[in-house]
Amino acid sequence: MQFGIFTVGDVTADPTTGRTPSEAERIKAMVAIALKAEEVGLDVFATGEHHNPPFVPSSPTTMLGYIAAKTERIILSTSTTLITTNDPVKIAEDYAMLQHLADGRVDLMMGRGNTGPVYPWFGQDIRDGIALAVENYHLLNRLWREDVVDWEGKFRTPLQGFTSTPRPLDGVPPFVWHGSIRSPEIAEQAAYYGDGFFANHIFWPTEHYTRLVNLYRARFEHYGHGRAEQAIVGLGGQVFMRPSSQDAVREFRPYFDNAPVYGHGPSLEEFTDQTPLTVGSPQEVVDKTLTFRQHFGDYQRQLFLMDHAGLPLKTVLEQIDLLGAEVIPVLRNELDTSRPADVPDAPTHEARRAAAEVDHDSLVSDQNQTFEGTLR
Amino acid sequence: MTTRRLAVVTAGLSQPSATRLLADRLADATRRSLGRRGLEAGFDVVELRDSARELTDNVLTGFPPPRLRDVLNTVASADGLIAVTPIFTASYSGLFKMFFDVVEAGALTDKPVLIAATGGTERHSLALEHALRPLFTYLRAVVVPTAVYAASSDWGSGDSGGNGLRKRIDRAADQLSQLVDAKASTGPTDPFEDLTPFEQLLSSK
Repeated sequence: MQFGIFTVGDVTADPTTGRTPSEAERIKAMVAIALKAEEVGLDVFATGEHHNPPFVPSSPTTMLGYIAAKTERIILSTSTTLITTNDPVKIAEDYAMLQHLADGRVDLMMGRGNTGPVYPWFGQDIRDGIALAVENYHLLNRLWREDVVDWEGKFRTPLQGFTSTPRPLDGVPPFVWHGSIRSPEIAEQAAYYGDGFFANHIFWPTEHYTRLVNLYRARFEHYGHGRAEQAIVGLGGQVFMRPSSQDAVREFRPYFDNAPVYGHGPSLEEFTDQTPLTVGSPQEVVDKTLTFRQHFGDYQRQLFLMDHAGLPLKTVLEQIDLLGAEVIPVLRNELDTSRPADVPDAPTHEARRAAAEVDHDSLVSDQNQTFEGTLR
Repeated sequence: MTTRRLAVVTAGLSQPSATRLLADRLADATRRSLGRRGLEAGFDVVELRDSARELTDNVLTGFPPPRLRDVLNTVASADGLIAVTPIFTASYSGLFKMFFDVVEAGALTDKPVLIAATGGTERHSLALEHALRPLFTYLRAVVVPTAVYAASSDWGSGDSGGNGLRKRIDRAADQLSQLVDAKASTGPTDPFEDLTPFEQLLSSK
């Protein structure tokens, strides 16, 4: 089981002080959050990708490359990479490069973004959203697996004899998750390739996401990658903690009431009741997070959103300290010990490389047996 | 006897409201008309005022709170819809529009709909034709030809003139029950059950 942080990268005024951090402060804060995540024993740091204010992370591999140089263990990921408007060739190159620099500590989550005008800004049409996600990812998938690619599609220049460099580290492409909040087509896509499926599971009720995850699991089995329970599922979550529940509610309320996504609508109490948001003590966070498995089955990755709505860096770092000290050890123990042996652990580069070597060896030994059999 | 379920959405604000009064009369007339066709009818009346705050929450958060979700499901699964709004500032009320803004895409497709409105004077009656009818056409509903407008003065007028409120209500109700009768009872299509296999997504260039 992997635990981590995912960040949207919004620059939002702190509603309690009215102060808005500069872009420079926010970018450095994101780095500090990633380093803190590694320090307290989290497994994953993922950054969003946006191309409009008030968001800063337009260039994820620049940021993740810098973090890679300052960390040793944490997996660097995205939440999400815009598979619709980025050139799949550039994604293949950028993330293979990052994979080498980070010694394999890289995976990606594909998404379609939350801002309509990004499509025309990058020369695309939002009505092609699904078609772009399908075609672009199919090309990306091939670029990482075939040394020389001939390709022709609807949305980009054809390729003749193209080799994406550098080749993936150890011949093992970065693991890919597909994230979607409403499209069954994307759950179907993740299942088709045997990739992971991530439900962001933050701003809407849990039942909304269970349909997508159940569909993904059923189709994962349909496409022959294993049983439905063996599909690779990731979930988001949103928490705010203080040692005492009352302190957490009191401190978080102004951030909640003014938050860009849900502010000025439902009350904090209604929202925590209706969505996965937990505001309370570490024990309450543990209890709520343990209910996720009842809704989604055994899963492999849990990411938390901790740094939005104008929360100051100091507060966010305290949150991550609490997460690392009091929440994750309990969750890790519970979720790892209860997961059946035949449900895979979260994907890592090492495990995938080892699996690829076993596949290769068994292929070679199969061939040898056939050869020897023929000789005899 | 076969049973049909109809939803009645009313955006009246006062209690009692003329809008609710009109909605009830339309429902009664539809019940009688369906009865003549051998159909039993059940009506679920939705007062949008009761969901006003939840509608705002839904607009802001993108999901309906539990009670509003039930209301939306009631409307989506109904065999027919009677939608009644007061006319405010030359159009449907904001509350009325907010409700149909959060109805899930496709929920009203092919659904028989009777539109009606109330207002102070007859001068606003064409709001039904220039505002409500296009709204429901956009939502791919089938709107009956007779839209019923009740001005304050209609409540004190008889039907002897030939085209009083009662006659208009009966005509609209007959048109609605004819559509409800003709249509097999079906819910909205579910994109999760109508899944496009991936090979087809890949090859649809």
